[in-house]
Amino acid sequence: MVPNPPLEVNFVPTMGKTLFEKVWDAHVIADLGGGTELLHVDRHLLHDLGGGQALGELRARGLKVRNPELTFGTADHVITTEPGGRSKDWAVALVDSLRAGAREAGIRLFDAGSDEQGIVHVIAPELGLTQPGALVVCGDSHTCTNGALGAIGFGIGASEIVHVLATQAIAQKRPRTMRARFEGAPPRGVYAKDLILALAGRVGAAGGVGHAIEYAGPAVRALEIESRMTLCNLSIELGARIGMVAPDEATVAWLKGRRFIPTGPFWERAVDYWQTLSTDPDARFDREVTLDCAGLAPQITWGTSPEDVIGVDGSVPDAKPEALAYMELEPGAPIAGTRIDRVFIGSCTNSRLSDLRAAAAVLRGRRIARHVRAWAVPGSAAVKRAAEAEGLHEAFRAAGFEWRDPGCSLCVGANGEFVEPLARCVSTSNRNFVGRQGPRARTHLASPATAAACALAGRIADVREYL
Amino acid sequence: MEKFATLRAIAAPLPQPNLDTDVIIRVERCAQVPRPAMGRYALETLRYRTDGSEDPGFILNRAPWRDARILVCGENFGCGSSREMAVWALAGMGVRCVIAPSFGDIFFGNCLQNGVLAVRLPKAQADGLMELASRPETATFEVNLERQTINGSVRFEIDPLAKTMLLEGLDAIGLTLRREAAIADWQARDRARRPWLYFPT
Repeated sequence: MVPNPPLEVNFVPTMGKTLFEKVWDAHVIADLGGGTELLHVDRHLLHDLGGGQALGELRARGLKVRNPELTFGTADHVITTEPGGRSKDWAVALVDSLRAGAREAGIRLFDAGSDEQGIVHVIAPELGLTQPGALVVCGDSHTCTNGALGAIGFGIGASEIVHVLATQAIAQKRPRTMRARFEGAPPRGVYAKDLILALAGRVGAAGGVGHAIEYAGPAVRALEIESRMTLCNLSIELGARIGMVAPDEATVAWLKGRRFIPTGPFWERAVDYWQTLSTDPDARFDREVTLDCAGLAPQITWGTSPEDVIGVDGSVPDAKPEALAYMELEPGAPIAGTRIDRVFIGSCTNSRLSDLRAAAAVLRGRRIARHVRAWAVPGSAAVKRAAEAEGLHEAFRAAGFEWRDPGCSLCVGANGEFVEPLARCVSTSNRNFVGRQGPRARTHLASPATAAACALAGRIADVREYL
Repeated sequence: MEKFATLRAIAAPLPQPNLDTDVIIRVERCAQVPRPAMGRYALETLRYRTDGSEDPGFILNRAPWRDARILVCGENFGCGSSREMAVWALAGMGVRCVIAPSFGDIFFGNCLQNGVLAVRLPKAQADGLMELASRPETATFEVNLERQTINGSVRFEIDPLAKTMLLEGLDAIGLTLRREAAIADWQARDRARRPWLYFPT
């Protein structure tokens, strides 16, 4: 038996904090009891599917936006992504209501057609609105993407949007903590999207419910910042409202010089603070999970939940008969070789410059299958400009892709862009739910490189054969 | 907001796990249908066939569950999108209480904002209620929020703050506005501590 350690006279029991706890604790205005706390919101992001209505609701209640300078808006969900195209009339009305509300309240709006417009979770980091240690909310569940910079970002509902507009604060129950460690080095053809899909398969779509996840381990440290955003983006598909990666030198280098990032003495002070934002060695998580990346194959989903995932060299499992019927797949059949109709490269998961580069590298010098209709939709106007500056749009077009304007597009179909009923789409987005990309449409989630390989083959394909 | 006292109503079983908010309300309905009309579109891919007619095989299209105001659901109910329209649509269909082993976190919070009681129960208890809800003769439930019980014997936990808000029909914005002094004080101190966050140029 191990004897008890001797008591120390001046012993003060302390326990280290996790990254999440440090950032959360720094935002507590008041303890509301029962584990609920009132938190300060540093950045509130509005979009066109709900932003205008929320501002209208605020006005109807006779309230004002408390901190318009901490509130930002963009148009992404409902606008068309067809170059030179016209948004639907109801979409124009939604964007108009956001415009009018933002103008009246003094909120900065990155409007459709402007240089800074884009998918809200692409532009917030890109503009430096999201910073390490900040608390960011938005009426969109993929706000967890912002955690890649060491911020706490989470999605809120319509009532909570009005609440934040009125008070710049939000009442939340403190989640439990989970650490997901990625060990080993991912093989060729395996990207951040494959890592997070594999984790979804491991812990399930409810595995992270009630938790904030910190992604850690050597494979995460080795990821570039945009790939960390892909990782954090799918936190909500594991049930976790919050996903984070501790900021490091790569984060600081990535943020420097961005439009809303401080300069001069404030930059120095900010960096000093950011460097304190990592989990202490003696901090404890409520749950730990480890995934070895070394043996992973490129991942693809087969069912109607992101947890329904296998390696692209695997076979359709004998499970979830309703999902298989919806997807029109046979148990035991290899997933590779399944004929597809559409490919979508875009969304807040995978529409950044590095995603487009990875897809273009697969496509260069090749043509997509004749029967496939494939879209590349950059995540923001800035991503589009950068991609065009290095000729990526030519690579996509030469391969037979449509090169479109920034927006959420086929990920969610809120703008009326849909995958046709019964059509099968390989998509770099985040949800393969029933009807997500359109009524009765079938979605297979994958990385941009895998999506590009599938477009070439006209079937579900193993990208490793194209690298 | 409507106060939640006791609710005596038909409970309908929806055992499918991970029933997401895209299925509860399609995104184009969020963008195009006014809130009071959303009940018609709740769970539409399950309730209606592709020609728009009701699917008689779906539980909510059958007696007595057509009048259900309580849903007993599978794990991770309301996962996915943050769209509060999912709650508006269910409430528009008459639902005041949802029971499940677990919920999507954002959906759970959205229920509270709309006076809908979301009850988390251990899997075994939820399964027991699912069984009762599946038979017309035992599908009438009584939910007592004050006593935190379902059918008198099944006890559930709820945050004290959430309970008070539901019982009294309180509005979260009104409650927080009373704390304006604390918010202003916190922000003043934070401006000194993290000035860089307050000076976007």
